[in-house]
Amino acid sequence: MFGYIVRRLLQAIPVFLGTTLLIYYMVFAMPGDPIVALFGDKAVNPAVLEQLRARYHLDQPFIVQYLIYIGGILRGDFGTSFSGQPVGTILAQTFPVTIRLATLALLFEMIVGVGVGLISGLRKGKFFDASALAVSLIFLSLPIFVIAFVFQFFFAIKLGWAKPTVSGEAGWGELILPAIVLATISIAYIIRLTRASVIETADQDFVRTAYSKGLSRRRVIQVHILRNSLIPVVTFLAVDFGVLLVGATVTEGIFNVPGVGRTLYQAIIRGEGPTVVSFVTVMVLIYLVVNLLTDLLYAALDPRIRYGK
Amino acid sequence: MANKQVSAEHFVAPFDENSVLGVDAVREESEPSNLWLDAWRDMRRRPMFYISGILILLVIFVAIFPGLFTAEPPNDNCLLVNSNGGPAPGHPLGFTRQGCDIFSRIVHGTSTSLSVGLLVIAMTTILGILIGAIAGFYGRWIDAVLSRMGDIFFAIPYILAAVVIMSVFSHYRSVIVISLAIGIFAWPSTARVLRAEVLRVKNSDFVMASTAIGVSRTRILWRHVMPNSIAPVIVITTMSLAAAIVAEATLSFLGVGLPSTFMSWGNDISQAQSDIRTNPMALIWPSLALSITVLAFIMMGEVIRDALDPKARATR
Repeated sequence: MFGYIVRRLLQAIPVFLGTTLLIYYMVFAMPGDPIVALFGDKAVNPAVLEQLRARYHLDQPFIVQYLIYIGGILRGDFGTSFSGQPVGTILAQTFPVTIRLATLALLFEMIVGVGVGLISGLRKGKFFDASALAVSLIFLSLPIFVIAFVFQFFFAIKLGWAKPTVSGEAGWGELILPAIVLATISIAYIIRLTRASVIETADQDFVRTAYSKGLSRRRVIQVHILRNSLIPVVTFLAVDFGVLLVGATVTEGIFNVPGVGRTLYQAIIRGEGPTVVSFVTVMVLIYLVVNLLTDLLYAALDPRIRYGK
Repeated sequence: MANKQVSAEHFVAPFDENSVLGVDAVREESEPSNLWLDAWRDMRRRPMFYISGILILLVIFVAIFPGLFTAEPPNDNCLLVNSNGGPAPGHPLGFTRQGCDIFSRIVHGTSTSLSVGLLVIAMTTILGILIGAIAGFYGRWIDAVLSRMGDIFFAIPYILAAVVIMSVFSHYRSVIVISLAIGIFAWPSTARVLRAEVLRVKNSDFVMASTAIGVSRTRILWRHVMPNSIAPVIVITTMSLAAAIVAEATLSFLGVGLPSTFMSWGNDISQAQSDIRTNPMALIWPSLALSITVLAFIMMGEVIRDALDPKARATR
């Protein structure tokens, strides 16, 4: 087990370096001179330009810039955005918002997705099952911005149950509507996953044994079917939490949530290299860690899976 | 529920009725069958196959011959007098903010969505099949290198990566560039699926038999392993087509997609969002066209998956 973790961590190093190099290269290739753009239409003294270029290492060749940057990351220094704010500070401001949003969305996914999926699976072929499948199929095919606009229009503008956009503080209550929007597509997927898993588990020999030794239907469902069929669902939820943490550009943009996704999108549009690269770097780190944890969780939940051979 | 009654006489098969020869005999008169034939028979029994098939054919037809569905030019006949106007004779869905005919714009935007979708899956399929097959079949360091490469492209959220690429090529935005931007980060899922399948198939007896009679490695991979591992790739390709159409619309919606003069459902939705309070239909109609197209491809993907995977049939 320990050997497996070490091997996975070693494998993550080239992925981390490759990803950051790739994103760094792409940002480097973005058109326009960010230093000149900083001054807008004003005329700039060339000496000032030179000095600013040197301060942000923009006068160095690409690979040197990358190495300076990675060296800074390893020392915990994420660089400075062109507006003069340390990128670390921006990260510290935006990540809590995204974590709140992701937690709420995950909560909805667990309650609605697993609940509906379980009932659907136990009543395979009945009316509830058929309608749950049809509704989830429709939600799977709706792009997130369509869901966001429809929900914003009906629940916030027409019915007035929530505010159409989120304030700068982005408290828990304000984030409920964006979280529901963010959760819908995953909910549709979780319903189908849970349903298939429940149907498969209900057909297993140990469930038949449980029934034949006289256990009540309720207990068989709770102890034998639910626990065993939730293994793939839990691992999907773990992966999905990682995806949610990486931020939802579209949803955060529409509801004006000051989270990671919207900040990163704005940074890309403005051509703010250091901010973009730092955000993506942190995202990739989260992705790699969540992936490893998911695989370990899988082994912990399902004793048939053993790593480290 | 799985509490089928098992009657006692089934435990001991009556010997005279089920001779050993009878069990092993091949029924000569039955038609030969294989995975594809079974899948095709199974698909034709499902109403979802016909619904999604007809929708997909309709989308393809509209994309190729938009002129058959609307006589109205999508861009040239826009009058600001009609701005945000409701349905009028000859304009069944009303007008956009610029006074353009919504129906005509939707009809002419179909080919954009479809061509982006097709270009992306062409890319993901070629890259995914090559990389996935080689990684799975040859294993060892080739697998390690190719799999890590896939991880690199997989670790960056692909909408964000596409936003960066589209900003890099902000002066050359076209259907080809946007398809490349989406496809270059979308292939690892195809490669992963195929690699897992190749790993499963390459240990089969028939592969060993081919090796034993001296068939070359390359020939074994492309003639024996691939045809038996391609099924999940077909499923994921249908689903990727739907995902690519959504991705194009999302990028256009974010303002980094196709130029705003281009006919595209994402552009229409993006331009209609500022008038959502006064003219919500300008946003709803292109969204509906987008969703129905995506739904058709997702449904087709599910039908194919159920048909190709006998295990999935049980949970249906």
